[in-house]
Amino acid sequence: MSQKQEEENPAEETGEEKQEKEGILPERAEEAKLKAKYPSLGQKPGGSDFLMKRLQKGQKYFDSGDYNMAKAKMKNKQLPSAGPDKNLVTGDHIPTPQDLPQRKSSLVTSKLAGGQVE
Amino acid sequence: MAADIISTVEFNYSGDLLATGDKGGRVVIFQREQENKSRPHSRGEYNVYSTFQSHEPEFDYLKSLEIEEKINKIRWLPQQNAAHFLLSTNDKTIKLWKISERDKRAEGYNLKDEDGRLRDPFRITALRVPILKPMDLMVEASPRRIFANAHTYHINSISVNSDHETYLSADDLRINLWHLEITDRSFNIVDIKPANMEELTEVITAAEFHPHQCNVFVYSSSKGTIRLCDMRSSALCDRHSKFFEEPEDPSSRSFFSEIISSISDVKFSHSGRYMMTRDYLSVKVWDLNMESRPVETHQVHEYLRSKLCSLYENDCIFDKFECCWNGSDSAIMTGSYNNFFRMFDRDTRRDVTLEASRESSKPRASLKPRKVCTGGKRRKDEISVDSLDFNKKILHTAWHPVDNVIAVAATNNLYIFQDKIN
Repeated sequence: MSQKQEEENPAEETGEEKQEKEGILPERAEEAKLKAKYPSLGQKPGGSDFLMKRLQKGQKYFDSGDYNMAKAKMKNKQLPSAGPDKNLVTGDHIPTPQDLPQRKSSLVTSKLAGGQVE
Repeated sequence: MAADIISTVEFNYSGDLLATGDKGGRVVIFQREQENKSRPHSRGEYNVYSTFQSHEPEFDYLKSLEIEEKINKIRWLPQQNAAHFLLSTNDKTIKLWKISERDKRAEGYNLKDEDGRLRDPFRITALRVPILKPMDLMVEASPRRIFANAHTYHINSISVNSDHETYLSADDLRINLWHLEITDRSFNIVDIKPANMEELTEVITAAEFHPHQCNVFVYSSSKGTIRLCDMRSSALCDRHSKFFEEPEDPSSRSFFSEIISSISDVKFSHSGRYMMTRDYLSVKVWDLNMESRPVETHQVHEYLRSKLCSLYENDCIFDKFECCWNGSDSAIMTGSYNNFFRMFDRDTRRDVTLEASRESSKPRASLKPRKVCTGGKRRKDEISVDSLDFNKKILHTAWHPVDNVIAVAATNNLYIFQDKIN
């Protein structure tokens, strides 16, 4: 560990071993905090949940069938670029990629699902 | 504006040009002013040289995948003629751009007017020779090569080889080798995709070619390991030549251990003897001859260890910080939160925290060192951990290859700091 040029804080530990121990305790305390909030959080720490989320970045759900059907129906009429209700993406409203809400996969289950009240 | 957020910063080999890429797919290049006797203070100032739109947003209908136009990385090619070349990449496509100057224009064409309209050939009665006339400097950027369709996953790194002919591009699971002249194929040199995706345990986070040995490259992983590969040993470099990993104390393992050990950046030293890795809380320097542990570890913001729970909840724990060496490899720099960035002097073992913000930097004034108070009494100048603004992240920094000039990207602002000349 590199030595830092800091003013000596009277509360600071001097021995390296003590410093290591100080470093571990906050991390474990943080882990306990997290597990208390989200008890169903994965048994495998940093496992494939994170990685799958990372690999799926940018995923949007776009039905090309809906898009083409609506486009064909509206052939003679003007194509609306975005309906007044952006959440309506099927049926008569022609969905375009920009309209789609980004589907964000959540790793941390909602508090409601977990039944935890803060 | 979100599209202005700077996503990459890179000096060219001479340091005269500085390129930035942003979330909106734009590249802005700054050029250093030449020394000028009539304006001595402007020496070393960087001014805008060229701006162009490198990438556009795309939608892959087949995979229902939105492809962001955000520029993930820019890497310059060494200069070989009057023009400058750089590679810029988004998640899926790499482009080679040529930036050239034009300061002359031909006038006096026979078949067209000065405004470009074609002249009636029957009206032309005499021939004249067009002459070159000087014009205001125009800097043009044109795409010379487009390297597409080689990455299923998101590109995180590109690196130009010291042979100046090839480069690598790395995504989460694969690394490809390209020839700068050939766009319709690339060679896959690393593939860590498991046969069954449910067995996926780690991804590639960064990759770089060795600065001098054109057969050597490294790639880092989300598990905090670095693999060095030699392309001479086999065509597919799935088996590494060297494996760098710091042993972990099993008793200190927590839910966060793997996440914070994930390496967000790996950079070779200019000498080629060392490499530096950045994980969430520290920067480590490794001697390429020693795989067992780093030779130096520098704490960037250790005080965040007691905030990991909330940093996990607001996703900050996944922030990817970059790191860089100075020209002589005697100092290293990396960013932090609250628009702070850290510099470590490897020789004197001193470190400093500085801030990149409008309030704290006036032109030509020195930066004042900052300090984060971790507990107990807060001194007047210090800032407490709970007051840190985690939205103000400095993820991208660059150091001039020779001089003490640094470029720091703070969200959508670029700061350039220089050493004072006494």
